[in-house]
Amino acid sequence: MKRFILGAVFALAIVAVGVYMLTREQPQAPSMGVTGEQSQVIRGEYLARVGDCYACHTLRGGAPYAGGLEMATPFGSLYTTNITPDPDTGIGKWTADDFWAALHDGKSKDGSFLYPAMPYTNYTKVTREDSDAMYAYFRTVKPARLANRPPALGFPYNQRQLMLGWRTLYFKPGVYQDNPKQSKEWNRGAYLVEGLGHCNACHSARNALGAVSADDQYAGGLIPVQNWYAPSLTSNRETGLGGWDIKEIVELLRTGVSTRGAVYGPMSAVVQHSLQETSLSDLTAMATYLKSIAQTGEPPEVPQVRTTVAQTDAMLAAGAKLYEKHCADCHQPKGEGVPRVYPPLANNQSIAMALPINAIRIVLNGGFPPSTEGNPRPYGMPPFAYDLNDDEVAAVVTFIRQSWGNRAPAVAPVEIARGRGVPID
Amino acid sequence: MRRCHGFLLATLLAAGTAVAQTTPAKPATVANTLEQRLVACAICHGKQGEGVRKNEYYPRLAGKPSEYLYNQLLGFREKRRASPVMTYMVGGLSDSYLGEIADYYAALRPPFPPPAQRADPAKLARGEALALKGDPALEIPACAACHGAKLSGMLPGIPGLIGLYPDYIAAQMGAWKSGVRNAAAPDCMARIASRLSGDDIAAVAAWLASLPASPDTPPAPARSLKLPMSCGSAPQ
Repeated sequence: MKRFILGAVFALAIVAVGVYMLTREQPQAPSMGVTGEQSQVIRGEYLARVGDCYACHTLRGGAPYAGGLEMATPFGSLYTTNITPDPDTGIGKWTADDFWAALHDGKSKDGSFLYPAMPYTNYTKVTREDSDAMYAYFRTVKPARLANRPPALGFPYNQRQLMLGWRTLYFKPGVYQDNPKQSKEWNRGAYLVEGLGHCNACHSARNALGAVSADDQYAGGLIPVQNWYAPSLTSNRETGLGGWDIKEIVELLRTGVSTRGAVYGPMSAVVQHSLQETSLSDLTAMATYLKSIAQTGEPPEVPQVRTTVAQTDAMLAAGAKLYEKHCADCHQPKGEGVPRVYPPLANNQSIAMALPINAIRIVLNGGFPPSTEGNPRPYGMPPFAYDLNDDEVAAVVTFIRQSWGNRAPAVAPVEIARGRGVPID
Repeated sequence: MRRCHGFLLATLLAAGTAVAQTTPAKPATVANTLEQRLVACAICHGKQGEGVRKNEYYPRLAGKPSEYLYNQLLGFREKRRASPVMTYMVGGLSDSYLGEIADYYAALRPPFPPPAQRADPAKLARGEALALKGDPALEIPACAACHGAKLSGMLPGIPGLIGLYPDYIAAQMGAWKSGVRNAAAPDCMARIASRLSGDDIAAVAAWLASLPASPDTPPAPARSLKLPMSCGSAPQ
């Protein structure tokens, strides 16, 4: 029996390697040349911004692009790497081909497999020309000496070579190919959203092996460990962007605020470091593409503590009073909000999503949208974690989720304790 | 809101009620003031930055030198000063906005809370001695040597020590002692805290909190004191 299992495993491994060899795209995109000309560097800087390399490869208060940020995953922690041109600790000795191999093929300079916390499953769509421009830019970044930290992953995830199996299942290298049936703008949007923008890294559910499944693309997902729910970006009218105008999407991405709502949680940093620097035409293209994505799969079912009718009624009554006392001054008596200042709560998808975690955390932690050129001095929301107990937060969140046209399930007080337990930074 | 009413009235007068009735409801407006923008801060630090006591104490911001406040805000944003809540709150705000916020609180002059309950006289005496004279044997300079004779701070970067609760002062000294709180090198407060015992920290915190304080006690003028040791955040 034992021999049979060993044999089966061995056979499977051979098949996996075979499939991988067959599907692997041979390096076939020679460098277009890294001239280091100013125009190429500027273009590379722009693309690095669009890809939001900064967000993961820079510690708060640390040297830009020197890495060291802990990426906590269900499999253990990884630490982002130094991508400054420091020759010993950064990528100073990397060639344009090495850089391309990382982006396009998910491989480090020594040929080892990168873990997909680095979104090469998206970056593989980037053209060689854009990769070269980014490489040219990263040559000009100030070198910073900061040694990379090895990943702290549990067995078997710490066996890098096992990524071969994962790649066989979930990774197909390939530059984005235009869809001839679609407009130039749509294709540009698709190139950016699928590629550098790596939007589906958060806005899709991940399976047990941390891969985005094809059915759930952009249908929304809970970001592991961080416990923010990244909402659907599909054309679904209830949960996605179907009811949004292109103009509203672009305004939100550019300024962090819009008449429909404000960015919060991890999206706040995305706007701050990446999207506010993205050109109007690229943002419009991205919004055009996003709005065209049909939602095939349903958002994943979320197990929730149910409340009885009597409990819900009591929470609604208490919640109405709490809302009037703490919320109505800014969000207005009927949840209509103040355009670009205080988000509306009526018909706001962030409130009405099946999973209440975002609404709970916003009530507990408050926050500011980011300072952007379009909204340099944002209005903030107080954290209520110290002033409202779990019953009160549950009551007010339930009230908001079931008022002014919102129809979402009630929230049990026990869910609030879960929201309090999440580290906020 | 008043402006909004005025505008509506003008609309009514100019266009007549028939037109006004077909105009969709005008969206609400809010005050374009820092007070309104910073309601997020008021819930913990008070409407006038006077400090609020809840389960823990959220410190007074009002009247502290603007540069001190600005340095702290930058420190929270860049995670040089440890407070997950503050890092979360100001993490996305720009230098210029944080500068405005610092100026805003520095200019406010709300009343101080009543002085803390009197503590053990021996403890207060030790605290007073440390605060006003220091302890040369332990190489501890007086608080007043840098924070001003009235302990109201010195422009531009040294904070006042009056009107704070004893547990806040003690917590900050403890944080410096254990390396959780840092200032620009050379970090004079870290050196001083390392020479203070737990009892001395409790004594000086109790005495400082027992002082009656007036909101009209501005920080001492810049460079009005020669600092006894070099401080990175107050270069001389």
